Amino acid sequence: MTATMYQESPAVAGMSHVPAAAGPSASSQPSITARHRKQLGTFAVSMPFFAYTACFLLAPTLIVIFGAFQSSQGGFTITNFRKLVEPNTISAFATSLLVSFTSALIGAIVGAAAAYALTIGTQPNGMLRRVISAMSSVLAQFGGVMLAFAFIATIGINGVGTMLIRQLTGQTVNPNWLSSLPGLVTVYSYFQIPLMIIIFLPAVDSIRPQWREATENLGGTTWQYWTKIAGPMLLPRFISALLLLFANAFSAYATAAALFSQRSILVPLMIQGAMRNEMDPNQQGFAQVLAFAMIVIVAIVMLLSHALEKRAGRWQ
Amino acid sequence: MAVNTTSASHTPRAATRQAGAPPQLRAIRVHQQRIIKTVILTVTSLFLGIPPLSMLIFTLRHPLSGRWSLDPWKAIFTADGSALGADLSTLWSGLGISLGLCMATVVIMLLLLVPVMVIAHIRSKRLERIIEWVATLPLTIPAIVLVVGLGPIYRWLSTDVLSSNPIWLCFAYAILVMPYAFRALTVGLNSIDVLTLCETARSLGASWARVFFRVLLPNLWQSMLSASFISISVVLGEYTVASLLGRMNLQVALYQLGQSNSQISTAMSLLALLFGVLLLVSIDLISGAMRRSKENNQPCL
Repeated sequence: MTATMYQESPAVAGMSHVPAAAGPSASSQPSITARHRKQLGTFAVSMPFFAYTACFLLAPTLIVIFGAFQSSQGGFTITNFRKLVEPNTISAFATSLLVSFTSALIGAIVGAAAAYALTIGTQPNGMLRRVISAMSSVLAQFGGVMLAFAFIATIGINGVGTMLIRQLTGQTVNPNWLSSLPGLVTVYSYFQIPLMIIIFLPAVDSIRPQWREATENLGGTTWQYWTKIAGPMLLPRFISALLLLFANAFSAYATAAALFSQRSILVPLMIQGAMRNEMDPNQQGFAQVLAFAMIVIVAIVMLLSHALEKRAGRWQ
Repeated sequence: MAVNTTSASHTPRAATRQAGAPPQLRAIRVHQQRIIKTVILTVTSLFLGIPPLSMLIFTLRHPLSGRWSLDPWKAIFTADGSALGADLSTLWSGLGISLGLCMATVVIMLLLLVPVMVIAHIRSKRLERIIEWVATLPLTIPAIVLVVGLGPIYRWLSTDVLSSNPIWLCFAYAILVMPYAFRALTVGLNSIDVLTLCETARSLGASWARVFFRVLLPNLWQSMLSASFISISVVLGEYTVASLLGRMNLQVALYQLGQSNSQISTAMSLLALLFGVLLLVSIDLISGAMRRSKENNQPCL
């Protein structure tokens, strides 16, 4: 699904100028009352959308933000944030950031390589390419409980891979490997790689074979081509995609929740714990504070990614 | 000529064959690229293919006894898990709730997005940009964060206004699917000339309602369909909101069943994955059809 989003965005950007140009001719010579009626109509039609998002998007966000600054008596306080610097919380944030960054890095590198490989010598509408990008858009959304089951079936205690390794080499895979950090990064990479393929395909598509030919004609080597031409062209979009993957992993909850039932080693799992213990006066506003910190981090990352994407747009 | 020899010196085989002949050089580079391509794609597909394959084997072979059987699949398709000592009632209620949620979410999503997007597309560039910003906002606010804020709202909804029936999760889900549905609908809106269609219909005397229902919707149905499919596949995979608000849905049921019978729950996950593939392939086909009809550029009036 994220698939269609990122794939189509260039087309969207390209086409959006058309209606703007046609706009003025639509309202040729409206009288004042007619224009008022028009505005009223627009207002009436868009009202439900904004009212709904205010209730179910804006209100929850505000509840989180206000809750983070609210004391148990209901007044304003910043003491809730003291829990943010407790060793437990800090280590959860560190683990979350580490897992997100590592899985984003692996996903970005492997995904970019795969996206590049898909464009070599194939038509934009080639069969292989269509199959892989359709599969990627499915797998990029394949998170949560089902993904956890997939990996438990592969290298869990009784997993197929575990059995195979035991029979072939006689070695036993550590049954807790899946709930270790390398295991978690592997599981996360499973949805990061397909996501990167989908996001990055349009970027590699924008590289023209003529540039390569021009480099060769001017005596450039493959190394020079990649470091001086294709690399700098792709870098902003690569980093922008990397940041998106990071935000994606950082906000993922379901997969981790299905893999670890008890331990709160990641921030989303800590939020879960805090929500369950909301009645505990010691936990006042803790879930909100954690959620607030997550909003801040994800917002910064998304803004950076957006800025880089814009910068990359200058080249196209 | 000199140019070609320098670049040829990096590929010894080219030099031995015919120094500095561009077609040969290209052929070798293409050959090398093809090897690189095969290696990368094979490794990636292996990594992505092994877990689903393991799921399949896992459902067919009992992990402890090592006996091969179709029992988990039989249990699902005959709706009777007693042979494996599993109670499937939770699974069916979860599945039913999720299907109901899909329908409710799709209806809310279409009612919310289609009219406002159409009118913004026709009348105001600024409004369109605001709507885009709002509709894609849920990507920036993680579901786990949203759930913290939704908690009090749902507590109020379930005690004072509605009930604690899981079907009311559709209100939260409509927000979660909004960014994806928005993109799908935008593609549809941009692929037809909405303004010309409206002006033509209006100057022929059609009312706004008629323009909307008889002219625009028939031209937008493909993108509405793909927006609905995307929403369905998001809702079917949703776990975070339902589990933290303590409501039942397919994923919560799968998780609970996974504690007692991992084979059946794995088989069911595999089915859900296949269903997701089916949905997304149809979206691919729909968007292919949209591209083609746009190339023909004949919006049917």
